[in-house]
Amino acid sequence: MRLLCPICGERDRREFTYRGAAVAQPAPEASAAEWHAYVHLRDNPAGPLEEWWHHQQGCGAWVKLRRDTTTHQMLDPLAGQTPATTAGRT
Amino acid sequence: MRFSGLRILREGLTGNRGWGPHWRSPDPKAEYDAVIIGGGGHGLATAYYLAKEHGLTNIAVLERGYLGGGNVGRNTTIVRANYYLPGNSEFYSHSLKLWEGLEQELNYNAMMSQRGILNVFHNDGQRDAAVRRANAIINQGDDAEILYRDRLRAMVPDLNYDNNRFPIQGALLQRRAGTARHDAVAWGYARGADQRGVDLIQNCEVTGIRVEAGQVVGVETRRGPIRAKKVAMAAAGRSSQVAAMAGLTLPIESHVLQAFVSEGLKPIIDHVITFAEGHLYISQSDKGGLVFGSYLDLYASYAARGNLPMVEHTMEACVAMLPAIGKARLLRSWGGIMDMTPDGSPIIDRTPIEGLYLNAGWCYGGFKATPASGHCFAHLIATDRPHEAAAAYRLDRFETGHGLMDEEATGAQHNLH
Repeated sequence: MRLLCPICGERDRREFTYRGAAVAQPAPEASAAEWHAYVHLRDNPAGPLEEWWHHQQGCGAWVKLRRDTTTHQMLDPLAGQTPATTAGRT
Repeated sequence: MRFSGLRILREGLTGNRGWGPHWRSPDPKAEYDAVIIGGGGHGLATAYYLAKEHGLTNIAVLERGYLGGGNVGRNTTIVRANYYLPGNSEFYSHSLKLWEGLEQELNYNAMMSQRGILNVFHNDGQRDAAVRRANAIINQGDDAEILYRDRLRAMVPDLNYDNNRFPIQGALLQRRAGTARHDAVAWGYARGADQRGVDLIQNCEVTGIRVEAGQVVGVETRRGPIRAKKVAMAAAGRSSQVAAMAGLTLPIESHVLQAFVSEGLKPIIDHVITFAEGHLYISQSDKGGLVFGSYLDLYASYAARGNLPMVEHTMEACVAMLPAIGKARLLRSWGGIMDMTPDGSPIIDRTPIEGLYLNAGWCYGGFKATPASGHCFAHLIATDRPHEAAAAYRLDRFETGHGLMDEEATGAQHNLH
């Protein structure tokens, strides 16, 4: 699998560390139920997913990427559903 | 039809013409007392124990594909009861006891092989953790021994004891652990459930869960609607999608876990061996293939295939532990989809919807849990009370923070367990 870093371009998966789904963090004073949902609950879609990757071995940035969890295909975060240059690769 | 040595002899002498299918292929009825979504190991075991222990026989197992085609058909077949934390400890202890009587119970050859598991440790810290775990296992009533280098070397001479980075100090041994033939477990439970009147319905995808006034009333399927007073979800790998049909969001993220089989070799590994560094686990099948795996690929995935970095990591761990197998060729690899929970432990519980039950979140430990998962889930469905061995597997523990079972102490991140 190759990931599309918005700063460095298409890079090997080994350069990245996975954080998980890019769920919006609630305010500190938000309810316990909201924090529970943020920390534990996941929509866990079989399809497009927005997620955080840390380009640890590259530019060092935390990047939000869109990826199809059924095909490993990168989806362009700006254009929505448009498959980017890694189409077909895993 | 019962299996016996005499029967095999008779069939062998008469051209094997007397064997029949192991289960029927009924059409779904319009209504059942309970339906189970998912015809894998856990769903089939649940159906079996519902029929046998609780006399509930007007039930159906609905399977999207074929029986046993999910994670029970794609795992490394390891059976063990060497957990540390209360909650897990009694559950897997219960499971191992059921495994030990499984073949007689089901009259089915599950090739249960109590060859022992060796958890190798490399340093003082890991040794201390192994001793602590061994004591916890013994307190639970199961068996555990600590072997230091000399005894381990006498038992398993081929390991690389003097690897510069990962020298081997010893191992935690559980002799009652071992392996079982994964498909046969699913088939044995399917046959046992079918013989007691359970309808096993394949190619029957559930497309909706019908809820009226907070009470489940049935399911929609590709083969039409089915009414049911109770609906039980046992669809590991797809738990989130199934639960979403009832409007539930689960504390689960799906991840791919790869497993590997080498070409057939002469006997070299007599036990199940785990290498503490790299999370490798390996055993040798009766056909001679080495069966092994290590970590998740660590990113959310529903693709039943993995990526090369984890293939390389796993092979490196193999060769570091057992250099002699370095020239063995890999025969095949595959990926299974795991329900990963925030504490690495599973869920067997009721849901906020009356009559809807959840069995999910097995992370990558579902196979060894199969008998107890079915046994305890059946108890919950039939009595609406948790079985004492699975009482800790509550869905609300993440919300309350009470009773979390994070064996590896990696915190609330799904992929780190």
